[in-house]
Amino acid sequence: MGVYRFEGGDTVKNLFVSGHRACAGCGMAIAVKLILEAAGEDVIVVSPTGCLEIVSSPYPETSWRVPWIHSLFENAASVASGIEAGLKALGRKHEAKVLAIAGDGATADIGMGPLSGMFERGHDITYICYDNEAYMNTGVQRSSMTPPGASATTSPAGKVSFGEIHPKKDLASIAVAHGVGYVATASVGYGLDLMRKVRRAIDHDGPSFIHLHTSCCTGWRHPSSKTIEISRLAVLTGLWPLYEVVDGEITDVKRLPKRLPVEDYLKTQGRFSHLFRMEGGEEIIRRIQAIADANAERFGLDLEG
Amino acid sequence: MKLRIGAIADPGTSIVNRTGGWRSEKPLIDHSLCIRCFNCILYCPDSAVKYSEKEGIYFDYDFCKGCGICANECSGRAIYMVMEEK
Repeated sequence: MGVYRFEGGDTVKNLFVSGHRACAGCGMAIAVKLILEAAGEDVIVVSPTGCLEIVSSPYPETSWRVPWIHSLFENAASVASGIEAGLKALGRKHEAKVLAIAGDGATADIGMGPLSGMFERGHDITYICYDNEAYMNTGVQRSSMTPPGASATTSPAGKVSFGEIHPKKDLASIAVAHGVGYVATASVGYGLDLMRKVRRAIDHDGPSFIHLHTSCCTGWRHPSSKTIEISRLAVLTGLWPLYEVVDGEITDVKRLPKRLPVEDYLKTQGRFSHLFRMEGGEEIIRRIQAIADANAERFGLDLEG
Repeated sequence: MKLRIGAIADPGTSIVNRTGGWRSEKPLIDHSLCIRCFNCILYCPDSAVKYSEKEGIYFDYDFCKGCGICANECSGRAIYMVMEEK
C-alpha cells in the first residue's frame, strides 16, 4: 500500500480548491479534499444533493478540478452506474475511475434502492458515504444514521424525549450482504488511513463501498477547531470501529490500547448535552456505552483481554 | 445569467470567492516549534495552509476561514490563533 505523506508545495494535488462555501471547520470538506488527493485526477465524481453539492457548485462556479456531475437526491448510484457503463461501451474504461460521494441521507435513506441496484449489477464504482449523522444541509433533521441519544430538529430532546431513539443502520454490513468485494469504514480523524482505503477501493475491481464518519461542527454543535479531535474520539471510544471487509472477511481492524468511555465523546457535543442534564440521562449513556461494548466484542477492538 | 448547455462550469472557478472575510481569529505560527508533521496541511478544510522549503508553513489568508483546526492538530504546538481586528 502506498504511504501518503504531505510534503506541501507542489506535491499536493489540490483538486478540491479553496473558495467553497462549507462552514469553517467542515469535516466533509476535509474528507473530500483527502479523497481526491488519494484518487488523483483520473476520476469522474458523482454527487447527489447534499451539503457537498451546495457548497462546491454555486453556478457558475465550481470547486472541483475533476469531472463532476450532480445527480438527484436519490440516484447518485444510478448515474454513476450509467457513466461506468458508458465508459465501458465506448472502450474508454481505462481512462477514468468512477467515484460517487454522497451524504448519509442520500445513501442510507433516499438512495438506498439505487445503491442496492448498483451493488447487484456489479459496476466498477467506488461509492463513498460521508456520514455526518443527519440532514445538515437543510437544518439538522434526523436521518437513519443519526445515533441514538442525539438531538436533531425532527427528533428534539425535551421533557419527554431524549432525542433520536433508533440505532444507526449498519451500512457496511448491508454492502457486505450484497457481496461487495471491498467494504471499509473510515474516519476523517484518521486522514492517512482514509486515503489508503480510498486508493484500495479504487484499485479494487467491481463495486466497493466506504462508510466515512465525518463531524459536522454546525449540526453536532462543537467548536470548529475540534472537528478532527471529535471524529477521532468516536473511534477511540469504540462507537465508530475502523475496519475493512475484503471478500466477506473482516480484516485490518483498528485496535485500541485503551478504549475510552463514551462520555468522553458525548460531552464534547451540543447534540448530546441534554443527556448530562436530564433525568434518566445516565441510563441513555449506559445504553450508548453498551453499543460501544458490543462493537468492541464484535470486532475485537480491545488490545488486551 | 445565461446558462451553458448542461450548466457546465469551468474547473476550480470557486477560487474567485475569497472566504478569508469569514474569519474572526487568524492562525499564526512560531517556526521554531514546527516539526513539519504537516497535520495542518492534511486537515485544513480550505487548503489554506501551504508549505515551501524556504518559508516553511505559511497561511493563505485569502481563504482561511479561521476554524482553528490547524492550531488544534499541531503536533509541536507551533500554531496559535489570535483575534483579528480589521
